[in-house]
Amino acid sequence: MNFLPNTDKDREEMLKVIGVGSVEELFSDIPSDLRLKGDLNIPPGLSELELAKHMQELASKNAAQDYVNFIGAGSYDHYIPSVVRHVLGRSEFYTAYTPYQPEISQAVLQSIYEYQTMICELTGMDAANASMYDGASAAAESVTIAAGMARRKRALVSSTVHPETRAVIRTYADAHDIRVEEIDYKDGITDTGCLAGKLGDDVACVVIQQPNFFGALEPVDEISAKVKGAGATFIVSVNPMTLGLLRPPAEYGADIVVGEGQVFGNPMAFGGPYLGIMAVNKKFLRRMPGRLVGMTTDNQGKRGFVLTLQTREQHIRRERATSNICSNQALNALAAVVYLSWAGKEGIRQIGEQCVQKAAYLADRISRIDGYSIAWQAPFFNEFAVKCPVDAGQVVESLLEKNILAGYPLGRCCPGLEQYLLIAVTEKRTRQEMDALVAGLEGLA
Amino acid sequence: MRSPEPLIFEISKPGRRAYSLPELDVPARDVAELLPESEIRREPAGLPEVSEIDLVRHFTRLSQLNHGVDIGFYPLGSCTMKYNPKVNEDAANLPGFNNIHPYVPDELAQGALQLMYELQSYLAEIAGMDYVSLQPAAGAHGELAGILIIRAYHRARNDMKRTKILIPDSAHGTNPASAALGGFTVVEVPSDERGGVDVEALEAAMDETVAGLMLTNPNTLGLFDENIQRIEKIVHSKGGLLYYDGANANAILGTSRPGDMGFDVLHFNLHKTFGTPHGGGGPGSGPVAVKSFLEPFLPVPTVVLEDGKYRLSYDRPQTIGRMKSFYGNFLVMVKAYAYIRSLGPDGLREASRDAVLNANYILRRIAGYYDVPYDRHCKHEFVISPGKIKKETGVRTLDISKRLLDYGVHPPTNYFPLIVDEALMIEPTETESKETLDYFADALIAIAKEAYEDPEAVKSAPHTTVVGRLDEAGAARNLNIRWEKPE
Amino acid sequence: MSYPENLKYTKEHEWVLVENGNARVGITSYAQDQLGDVVFVELPEVGTELKAGAMFATVESVKAVSDVYAPVSGTIVEVNEALNDSPELVNEDPYNDGWMIVIELSDPSELDNLMDSKAYQKMVEEGGE
Repeated sequence: MNFLPNTDKDREEMLKVIGVGSVEELFSDIPSDLRLKGDLNIPPGLSELELAKHMQELASKNAAQDYVNFIGAGSYDHYIPSVVRHVLGRSEFYTAYTPYQPEISQAVLQSIYEYQTMICELTGMDAANASMYDGASAAAESVTIAAGMARRKRALVSSTVHPETRAVIRTYADAHDIRVEEIDYKDGITDTGCLAGKLGDDVACVVIQQPNFFGALEPVDEISAKVKGAGATFIVSVNPMTLGLLRPPAEYGADIVVGEGQVFGNPMAFGGPYLGIMAVNKKFLRRMPGRLVGMTTDNQGKRGFVLTLQTREQHIRRERATSNICSNQALNALAAVVYLSWAGKEGIRQIGEQCVQKAAYLADRISRIDGYSIAWQAPFFNEFAVKCPVDAGQVVESLLEKNILAGYPLGRCCPGLEQYLLIAVTEKRTRQEMDALVAGLEGLA
Repeated sequence: MRSPEPLIFEISKPGRRAYSLPELDVPARDVAELLPESEIRREPAGLPEVSEIDLVRHFTRLSQLNHGVDIGFYPLGSCTMKYNPKVNEDAANLPGFNNIHPYVPDELAQGALQLMYELQSYLAEIAGMDYVSLQPAAGAHGELAGILIIRAYHRARNDMKRTKILIPDSAHGTNPASAALGGFTVVEVPSDERGGVDVEALEAAMDETVAGLMLTNPNTLGLFDENIQRIEKIVHSKGGLLYYDGANANAILGTSRPGDMGFDVLHFNLHKTFGTPHGGGGPGSGPVAVKSFLEPFLPVPTVVLEDGKYRLSYDRPQTIGRMKSFYGNFLVMVKAYAYIRSLGPDGLREASRDAVLNANYILRRIAGYYDVPYDRHCKHEFVISPGKIKKETGVRTLDISKRLLDYGVHPPTNYFPLIVDEALMIEPTETESKETLDYFADALIAIAKEAYEDPEAVKSAPHTTVVGRLDEAGAARNLNIRWEKPE
Repeated sequence: MSYPENLKYTKEHEWVLVENGNARVGITSYAQDQLGDVVFVELPEVGTELKAGAMFATVESVKAVSDVYAPVSGTIVEVNEALNDSPELVNEDPYNDGWMIVIELSDPSELDNLMDSKAYQKMVEEGGE
């Protein structure tokens, strides 16, 4: 199958206008020994019918789709309302490129402006960009910005930040010779004593996650005061779904807020595409990477939207740009705008409350099973760690028989936590599903 | 005439709602008992309050203010805005691909892993390379991965003095930005009068402090570098590596392979070359491919096949690490995989050949009306300039682009590459018919004539869009980047 | 295009006005015209030491960024704070209200290396740099 409209007759006419005898001649500038002699060794083409069937077969081999999911750890199984897919299915949005021609790109531009506003409302920050690749790369780029601006070469990252976010921060920081040091955790939250010991006037920034990777709420005021005292940039990685209920990070002094926006209308989709959120206070506005949309007027005085502060970006500033980001996750940001419009001022709080209530119910039930306990005392939102009587990987394995994905075994990333299982609950989980998980865990005790 | 759409906040009304939630089926507790009072938000976030019909009409009406490939011609140079087959969208919407958490046990995601494994091998074959990582989320992200691989390779050999990356002056802005983000100093290499790399200048710049050369081939002028074999020898003989920017790979699919040209590492843009839509700016996908000697440095994880089972492998001690969380933009991979499977080897080659044919056809049709700075057969795109028109009428590239909007066509890339004054970069792609190409060529010719007959009509364009030319300077001087509720 | 005769000029299109042993510095009318609408000027802090030829500010238009270089060595004693809110002054009045910094000269002989208005005008009209 191909998607070529030209007929052989069209091609003949075109070759005549060009003044060559064959398409081959148009490739004569490629040295002949660099031209492929045979076919590429890939499977022969398929008709649409065959392809559709093949894709369906592959999709059906992903048995996980039929399991009840309690895994979170950075990707969450929230309900996605129908309006999201219907709006995203409009090809005016999804077949457009970056809105470089504003007169015919007002849909993309205005929806990004609406997105920026919503992210500012949720985080309390002054400015949000149009999106980053994901929460992890947004965190990593915020570290390089902070280090570049302060001309300091140490970055402190709490060990309660998502392990993959920490890994991406290390990848980016390494290229700039920024030394990344981890702050220990204690009782499931950042050890503020350890933080105080590591802070100094050579520390560019401190990164924490709220709620943290273990689901626990960090003592953000205490951490913030220490970070500010050392003159470092305070970077907070959030689960933005919690911000309908939890206080905006600007209130506790965050300088840069990043987060994984998958929770707003984007499917888990085996890890992507997701949505990197980045919002900053005024001081960092001109260092913020990525696209930014501003409101302006046209030559008749009519309101319109354009890309603005583009001189920060690579297509103008080249090697002196704050970042190399070009393509972003615009369609995922659109999903977030539609989702947040659907949920609205009241819904976003209620969804958060349901998550909290259901997680509390499940934690309470599990804590009553012999041999299981809630790992730490710290308050949590919709995710918490459970200490199991056996290896948590075994627990997960056993519950697969009941079509339950019981959680994320923390031993996979955190040595010493082999018996700990990280369990996430969303508004989608029913009491019946949670009771089935409890029954399954009981069976292993 | 379409009218502007109010902001979603401006149609909000207290008490309206679109959401619904099930009744709480667990015993309700006071939230203040579950969360510390200090952590609870005092003021609700200022999100809009709308009904579902308000929401649907808002975004539907808004969508009608946008141009897309499904609406009309989109010859935006270096962006490969080809048609995106619908069956691929349907495939990416299958529940079996959407409802899987990235941390499920490998045995429950065998279909996803198989798709990734096979996509890795197809891309390796198409590139003429040995190993592929699908993790980078976009072209620039793939560039950064590639640059970090080059850095890690030299460091692993304890060759610490290579601090520079060479980049031609015709390169995309992402190239120097990626090299800088990767910790290198950028050295620009000039182009020669044929539009290729100035080989003598390259030879002079190439020494033991250079880590590698980043090259787009065909380059941003749409020209294949005829000296590629000499360039390869110059760089390799001094111990440097060759990076291939795959942004323009649509020109050579199935005809020539970067790996055979001597490149060591490359990225592809699945959202350009392999037909996945661009989403108004993203998501894309920028897999990176390497020769086997660079395999130890690839990002983790990759997908491997063992005993008939696919699994994620993290076993790579010298890896550059992770570029992002999880495994890449998976649903974009699904579409690219479907695209490659539907076309097959013949289809890919034919698509590429028609892309080149279409570009050369438009070039010939308009050559008498515009300046052609490098008058050779082009590949998938070419660059023209209204230099003479500008001198004689004052009409500039920007004006011509804006006038094209009145023809219902997306303008070409403007003012890029930087080495051509007033550049217009045109890439028609293979999915456009001769009729569309003729319509576009006729429009460009009509505008060239209009520039002489009625220059004001061109300079004040567009005349038919929902908004006219927007005040970009005003937007930057008086920043308004979020809506505030009027007092 | 204007080339006031009381000023001295650099090849990079900065102008210098010598007053009381200090040098007031800005960019020329030609430079602002090439840049287009200026939307942001990033200025250094008072007290910064500069060597002749060092970059001290960046000027941004909608689609370009340009560095501004010190024509002479010395210490910055004043910066034009008005540009923070009104960068358009660089376009509207490049030789007066659009000034950028005042440098206390450390080596007045460096002024001899600069062009007078005739030489600068000639350079611009012959194609600039």
